[in-house]
Amino acid sequence: MKFAVIQFPGSNCDQDCLRAINGIDGLSAQYIWHKETSLTGFDAVVLPGGFAYGDYLRCGAIARFSPIMNEVIRVAKEGRLVLGTCNGFQVLCEAGLLPGALVRNRGLRFVCDIATLRVEVPDSAFTHGFTQGTLLRMPIAHGEGCFFAETETLRELNEHGQVVLRYCDGTGAITSEANPNGSIENIAGICNRKGNVFGLMPHPDRASDRRLGGTDGAKIFLSMAQTIAGQSARAAA
Amino acid sequence: MKARVVVTPKAAVLDPQGAAVKEAMQHLGMPEVKNVRIGKYLEIDVNGDGAEVEQRLHKLCRDLLSNPVIEDYQLLKE
Repeated sequence: MKFAVIQFPGSNCDQDCLRAINGIDGLSAQYIWHKETSLTGFDAVVLPGGFAYGDYLRCGAIARFSPIMNEVIRVAKEGRLVLGTCNGFQVLCEAGLLPGALVRNRGLRFVCDIATLRVEVPDSAFTHGFTQGTLLRMPIAHGEGCFFAETETLRELNEHGQVVLRYCDGTGAITSEANPNGSIENIAGICNRKGNVFGLMPHPDRASDRRLGGTDGAKIFLSMAQTIAGQSARAAA
Repeated sequence: MKARVVVTPKAAVLDPQGAAVKEAMQHLGMPEVKNVRIGKYLEIDVNGDGAEVEQRLHKLCRDLLSNPVIEDYQLLKE
């Protein structure tokens, strides 16, 4: 199973993503430079964290016009899995593949911490086999991670089960103290209506090795692999 | 023509920078300050100034220079 890790000028978690994916049995990851135009042969696409194009203008605003993004949008529409972590989430929102936007943290500070996340959607393509309320711990590191969506968009996100992860405290309670950046309704990660595009501010790539403090992030990549395997099995049947 | 584009956060979007600056202004002897919103200002030199050019500029204001989910823009011509 092949994963493409998109490299924009300014990406800095591309290596973390590559290593995390390659660390999972049966998965292999390959870098794709943002000037490429094809994702043929890849089962899934990952947009890594970092500061694509220096985050000039707005986070993700320029990256979303990179040549590869037309292809990312095409394969997303086709139903292939697309994951955006941190800056990758911002790029997906700017590209219109996910609703809403990410703005400056409420506290104006860059936050660098370990966040506890509650899985709100069990068995999505990215949370395969998780039960509702499962708690995950993953690093966060961002200055512009405050998720914003208009009331109507927010209602739709909730109604269609698109809010996949929320920031919570150690007991799983959604509190304002557990919200690191002021995100509306403690939202940490959302998917599109179809469920094949997922963006989150936390870093699964930095939580994929026991030596680095945890492997909850690897479960996201593993879940993607299981989803793809299930799709192929159904297609073959 | 010279175009000036002013991008501001929408009313519904929290602007913590604006709030911090408002407080600073109040502390510095101007309690009359009610609200501050911080946006972006762009000066753009463009060859040509027809309606068609302006229309294309507006499109780029929506697609690139601002994010309609969180921001409003104003395009001012000189």
